[in-house]
Amino acid sequence: MAAEGSNSIDALGQFQLHSALGAVGGSVNFTQSNLMMIIAGLGVMGLLWMGMKPRAMVPGRLQSAAEMGYETIMGMCTETIGGPKSRKYFPFVFTLFFFILFGNLLGVFPLFFTFTSHVMVTLALSLTVFLLVTFVGIKEHGLHWFTYFVPQGIPRALAPLMVTIEIISYLSRIISLSVRLFANMMAGHVMLEVFGSFIVMLGGLGLLGYFPAALSLGVNTMLIGFELLVATLQAYVFAILTCIYLHDAVHLH
Amino acid sequence: MKMSRWTMPLLGAGLLMLPAAAMAKGMPQLDFTTPLTLSQVVWGALIFGFLYWVLSTTGLPMVASVLEERATKISRDLDEARVAKSSADAGMAEADQATAKARAESQAAINAALNDAKSAAAAQAETLNVRLEKQLQDAEAQITRARASAMSAIRQVATETATTVVTRLTGSAPDAGRLDSAIGSALAARGIG
Repeated sequence: MAAEGSNSIDALGQFQLHSALGAVGGSVNFTQSNLMMIIAGLGVMGLLWMGMKPRAMVPGRLQSAAEMGYETIMGMCTETIGGPKSRKYFPFVFTLFFFILFGNLLGVFPLFFTFTSHVMVTLALSLTVFLLVTFVGIKEHGLHWFTYFVPQGIPRALAPLMVTIEIISYLSRIISLSVRLFANMMAGHVMLEVFGSFIVMLGGLGLLGYFPAALSLGVNTMLIGFELLVATLQAYVFAILTCIYLHDAVHLH
Repeated sequence: MKMSRWTMPLLGAGLLMLPAAAMAKGMPQLDFTTPLTLSQVVWGALIFGFLYWVLSTTGLPMVASVLEERATKISRDLDEARVAKSSADAGMAEADQATAKARAESQAAINAALNDAKSAAAAQAETLNVRLEKQLQDAEAQITRARASAMSAIRQVATETATTVVTRLTGSAPDAGRLDSAIGSALAARGIG
């Protein structure tokens, strides 16, 4: 991945898309990003199927992991969305969280592509959330839903301004949700690439470069740990924000 | 309150967009000259949709059924334990009751035996008293009888003695009538007869 043999660091090359699955994949523009999505999806299904296969009363490790994931997201839904309808949105939030989590975590592995580092992918996800939330809001409250943009207890004169701000902030959810995830993932991988390149370049300098090269390796080791944290955290943030938006849609304030 | 809630995401989005815009020129993520940038989204939507369908129809209900099974088993076991505990408590109370009853019964038996023994002893003492009383009365009657016979003999002895003494002294027998009255008065003076 590092730009060996040249002095420039190609930190963005890792995000280059190319077709996967040979000629068949190439003919339908199937990318390595989509391959990773399938692997992530299989990972989620594998966790549930292999974990829950024993159907044990006292769960083993994998079953505990599967159940913990289920109960964590279920708790998030019932507590954050609230109300009797919160269970209806649980499968969506679960899929969203684990799809992003597995995408993020798989990306930390060397040579694996991180599909959440593509803003078009995260934008599609956040747009899905946005459309779902808007649809749910209108379905639950009808036209009354539009009062959501009118904050209570403001002077009448300020109303047009406030409504404009509210609508902009509502629309900006699409951007903030997608860019937050994409930028976090991309920044981490750029950092890893930069310090990884440092190791190769400094190591090639001879005796003088060994110490800074080792230092870069140490930094990269720390960054990997940091990336694991960010991968989990960003998946959680995406899921909890989806729940908060769904709460607003269901309860209007 | 409402403002502060939205300023942070807005600010964050703005800050994050800045480097993104700066890098946009060389960013493969925004390279729309290749169809792959958008085709991955189409494929991604299909994959995500399929994953959602599989998880919501099969995967998650499977987990739910296992959790539900466990919850019902735990509650059933708890109920069973509760029933067992209450029956054990009932048995315990029964045993306590039986012990108390047995104790009361034995106490009653002891008391009855004690009373029986007491009344038997009292009856025995009574009969003994009666017998002793009777013996005492018999003895007293005998004494009285002996005394009376002794007293009745004393007049005869006194009469014979007086007759003998008078005959020796005077040579003639005394007049029986006078002697008898003199003895009678003498005996009466001494409180006898």
